[in-house]
Amino acid sequence: MADYKQYKQQVLSGETTVVRTVQDFLAKAIQQKHLNAFIELWGEESLMRAAQIDLQIAEGKGGKLAGMVIALKDNICYKGHSVTNSSKILKGFESLYSSTVVERIIAEGAVIIGRCNCDEFAMGASNETSAYGPVLNARDNTRVPGGSSGGCTVAVQAGMCHAALGSDTGGSIRQPAAFCGQVGFKPSYGRVSRWGLLSYGSSFDQIGPITSNIYDCALLMEVISGTDGKDATASSNKVEDYTDLQASNKPLRFAYLDTCLNNKGLDEELRTQSFAIFEQLKALGHTVETVEFPYLDYLVPAYYVLTTAEASSNLSRYQGLTYGYRTEEKGDLDSLFKKSRSEGFGREVKRRIMLGTFVLTSDFYDAYYTKAQKVRRLIQESTEKILESYDFIITPTTPSTAFKFGEKTKDPVAMYLADIFTVQANLSGHPAISIPAGVHSNGMPWGIQLMGKQFGEKKLFSFSEELSKIVSP
Amino acid sequence: MEITNDAIDKLAHLARLEFNGADKESIKQDLTQITAFCEKLNEIDTTGVEPLIYMSTETNILRDDIIVEEITHAEALKNAPKKDSDYFRVPKFLDK
Repeated sequence: MADYKQYKQQVLSGETTVVRTVQDFLAKAIQQKHLNAFIELWGEESLMRAAQIDLQIAEGKGGKLAGMVIALKDNICYKGHSVTNSSKILKGFESLYSSTVVERIIAEGAVIIGRCNCDEFAMGASNETSAYGPVLNARDNTRVPGGSSGGCTVAVQAGMCHAALGSDTGGSIRQPAAFCGQVGFKPSYGRVSRWGLLSYGSSFDQIGPITSNIYDCALLMEVISGTDGKDATASSNKVEDYTDLQASNKPLRFAYLDTCLNNKGLDEELRTQSFAIFEQLKALGHTVETVEFPYLDYLVPAYYVLTTAEASSNLSRYQGLTYGYRTEEKGDLDSLFKKSRSEGFGREVKRRIMLGTFVLTSDFYDAYYTKAQKVRRLIQESTEKILESYDFIITPTTPSTAFKFGEKTKDPVAMYLADIFTVQANLSGHPAISIPAGVHSNGMPWGIQLMGKQFGEKKLFSFSEELSKIVSP
Repeated sequence: MEITNDAIDKLAHLARLEFNGADKESIKQDLTQITAFCEKLNEIDTTGVEPLIYMSTETNILRDDIIVEEITHAEALKNAPKKDSDYFRVPKFLDK
């Protein structure tokens, strides 16, 4: 798909209009309803908005995203619109305010087209836990799109919008991006305000873009990043001009983790292809070296202890009283809470709340929760140390291409391991991007992941642009 | 570690959840499997390591304490599953 720059040019030259573009996207979304990417399309509203933006553009006004058509994951609040985190417990809930990211993209002229399906409460790696049913990978309908931002990614993949905003707690943007051949970005922790994002693991969650190309991803990041009075963890670090994608032309240093590339769970073809990309990088004068990282097998366990603990606390607000689903059964207050939550939450969410509750009980707090926080520090320090002597850590985004429906649903641990290469960035807080790296002989796309220095977004985008030219299928 | 039925009941109460019959058996098995998976962390020596608690690099982010009406009374009640004109409705929980 053309990037926003080209599209804007087409609108300016009269070749197309924002209204016509929205009409096309809506038509494609309706035609491909079976993919189940959208929970709700805001058709009429987005067309009215498009007409306004067309006028603004004609008057020479219009912001940095004028006419960009964007889908939201169903966990990002937009005032006056439903947001349900793909859960029965929030069916019918309408947000009273807008998230900071929504306010920022609207201020720059974006058109929001609808909200997208995801794993329930963003807990999943295949979009199979949604109360609205699974999303299908547009490339092969028997395969998952990845998760949890599966709907967002398929909406971009299948040409139903220019871009989407998802959230990434352990890989929920990058993993589906890899499975669907799109660009997905997890910002540095604190780069983007979390105000108005339905919380899952607050020390992990970041909102980020899913796009068809690097430029659009960088542009969206320029708009949504920055300090915010409503989120004290939003960083005051300067937001740079990420869309200046000029290559540095300087030789760069890449580290790859031996434990990752030689992991027995890694698909053989992805291993070979990754090493082929490393050779191409070397041929261009870059350095690619293996580094020691002894924590690979501990990433996912540390991630699950910490995120489930945070989730069990964050999700205590869903009680069937002030908003959300409420049981029909009669009983006392405690039973109202228990019945509403048990009927409203799906299986995976309950599983994680239980694990989180377990690791926070006084008997096990030190053995699990504090232990995982200590391991998190070791992981962060080790990652930081690697990035002191290298510009990027490079790995495949996922150990395999998109798997088939039902393949991993019976074994929670097997599903959790789908995040093995992506969780490191969430544990350590570093920014990471997944870019399309080609197509496997099974016909499915795969992604290569670059992790950069803290708040090194600019360098990450400019090199990603260069890399995408090298690996483009 | 082995998770008992009693442990499931205790945790479920703390989490305000209920598990019965087959669901209880299945959550018990899942928790046993997942905690065993997480116990792998014990292989790492963390003697003298401080737990990493805050991810934010920002310190002392303060704002002026100004009174703003973020949402109205009517808005606050809007999404309530049961309400009257002024309040959220709850089951009776005090005996006379």
